[in-house]
Amino acid sequence: MNIAKPNSYRSGPDERGHFGIFGGRFVAETLMPLILDLEKGYTAAKADPAFQAEMNGYLKNYVGRPSPLYFAERLTEHLGGAKIYLKREELNHTGSHKVNNVLGQIMLARRMGKKRIIAETGAGQHGVATATLCARFGLECVVYMGAVDVERQQPNVIRMEMLGAKVMPVQSGTRTLKDAMNEALRDWVTNVHNTFYCIGTVAGPHPYPTLVRDFQSVIGNETRAQMQEIEGRLPDSLVACIGGGSNAMGLFHPFLDDPSVEIFGVEAAGHGLTQLHAASIAGGRPGVLHGNRTYLLMDADGQIQDAHSISAGLDYPGIGPEHSWLHEVGRVNYLSATDDEALAAFQLLSKLEGIIPALEPAHAIAKVMELAPKRPRDHLMVVNLSGRGDKDVPQVGDILRGKK
Amino acid sequence: MTTRIDTRFAELKSQGRAAFVTYVMAGDPDLATSLEIVKALPKSGADVIELGIPFTDPMADGPSIQAAGLRALKNGMTLKKTLELVRDFRKDDNVTPLVLMGYYNPIYIYGVDKFLADAKTAGVDGLIIVDLPPEEDDELCIPALKAGLNFIRLATPTTDDKRLPAVLANTSGFVYYVSIAGITGAAAADANAVGEAVARIKRHTGLPICVGFGIRTPEAARAIAEKADGSVVGTALVDALKNSLDAEGRATAKTVNAVAELTAALAQGVKGAQQAAE
Repeated sequence: MNIAKPNSYRSGPDERGHFGIFGGRFVAETLMPLILDLEKGYTAAKADPAFQAEMNGYLKNYVGRPSPLYFAERLTEHLGGAKIYLKREELNHTGSHKVNNVLGQIMLARRMGKKRIIAETGAGQHGVATATLCARFGLECVVYMGAVDVERQQPNVIRMEMLGAKVMPVQSGTRTLKDAMNEALRDWVTNVHNTFYCIGTVAGPHPYPTLVRDFQSVIGNETRAQMQEIEGRLPDSLVACIGGGSNAMGLFHPFLDDPSVEIFGVEAAGHGLTQLHAASIAGGRPGVLHGNRTYLLMDADGQIQDAHSISAGLDYPGIGPEHSWLHEVGRVNYLSATDDEALAAFQLLSKLEGIIPALEPAHAIAKVMELAPKRPRDHLMVVNLSGRGDKDVPQVGDILRGKK
Repeated sequence: MTTRIDTRFAELKSQGRAAFVTYVMAGDPDLATSLEIVKALPKSGADVIELGIPFTDPMADGPSIQAAGLRALKNGMTLKKTLELVRDFRKDDNVTPLVLMGYYNPIYIYGVDKFLADAKTAGVDGLIIVDLPPEEDDELCIPALKAGLNFIRLATPTTDDKRLPAVLANTSGFVYYVSIAGITGAAAADANAVGEAVARIKRHTGLPICVGFGIRTPEAARAIAEKADGSVVGTALVDALKNSLDAEGRATAKTVNAVAELTAALAQGVKGAQQAAE
């Protein structure tokens, strides 16, 4: 086992999909040949300039990239410390960063001749992005969503259905994101010949954590260039929320080998770390689920525990394996924010900047509220505003009016 | 090293008949009833027992086996208690092969070395771990073989001839052919397609080949037993158990018999195949 600090934090995974001890391919034999095919297909696509060129065309004209890097002047004044920039992923078509990855995977599915797309979704942002691109390219789309999430994210359920996707409410287990992922895997095992599984985060069996990271790295690559243009240098710190961790990995990865850049991932602490929460690194330990070894919330017998977060998108008892590795090697600092802290941040950003964030990045904003005041005024802090809050307006409205 | 599995398949071969392999979930619906059920299986004609290790997230299983695992967990079942169940079963039965079937995480958390030592001591003969393909053999397969346990691999309709040697390389005891691409308890297996697949696998290995997924009736068990070295039935037994429970999901006076009676009927089906084959 490799205990020494690596020469580069960006060279993983190894050929078996391992980041240190994390990652791997823990799947049923039925899926193994498909995963090997996917790896082959992705390697070929990556080496094909036409694939990248076509994707760049859609990123520009369909998704609306590059997303702005916006100086949050009033938030900066209010907090009285670091100069805060927002990476405006919420302005992408479909309202979040999820579309970056889905575009890549759908184009890969087309190359591989797959006509039926399945996906799991928590908050519904990945489901909406998948339904959108399936509509655009005329593909059949089935989205698995926990019945609890179907209830609390109704606007996104309606959107997916309008886009022509079939939303399957999942009644098994805890009826949230982890069960949606189980059900999507069951569908995939059953429909191996025509189906492409479009995973929404940097988790699952190899090569998913890598390919999702690569498709999301557009966030960090743009941020680098934009910051260079605006300030003439690298940022000093990065902050992003983490459920599975795809928006965070997309922002972080291009900066991992820049030692001057401090990096903060923010998990969901729910009611608090001693109570129900969704912070796998803060409150979990390494285990094996959904095709990879990573930090998981579980009991002493290895049974997976219920996660809790006010945000359906962070309500998952695991985290991407590369994050687990970056935690163990100490390159990224993993913090957590509670439901109440996220709600306060949600309101603050809405009132100061006229931007209603999704509850997911509200967790990142909550930690910016702690980190920024402790840093000097010339410190450049980038926070990934990974999604917009339209989907959360009914839920937050009810909470603020004291209904729930 | 010869395990009870090797001995049992050698006996069956000399008798010229296929094995009847039963699957039940450990601790379903509670530990005491589950032990009675496992004890009843060989008496009702089961040749090999697969005992499920309950897990919260059984990704390859259908609704029946998922629910069975959750019933067991709700009543406090753990991997440690599963091994205790095996030890208690072995007090009266030292010949029926017993295979633990489940997912890797509970074993990983228990500790691989400690688990293998405790499983061997308890009287476990083999392991079927659904989410450990040959690509992850270093995790448990190789240590299990060293500890003297069989590691039984799943081969599936998606396992092509190119991949079969890798799948069979560290497999011992028997090969479990999954008759359909899908989850447990879903579609019905087609006996002719199964026959072709078994013949294909036999070109690569001398190990017995048992077939499972989608076998629910004595007729189906018999049809498969004419094409393979064993028929595996799980979901149908788990469903029979569930239908015997009271409204709160607790065992009733009928529960053990419900499983035993279906086992006996299925065993008759498998044994019927013997004459058909001769």
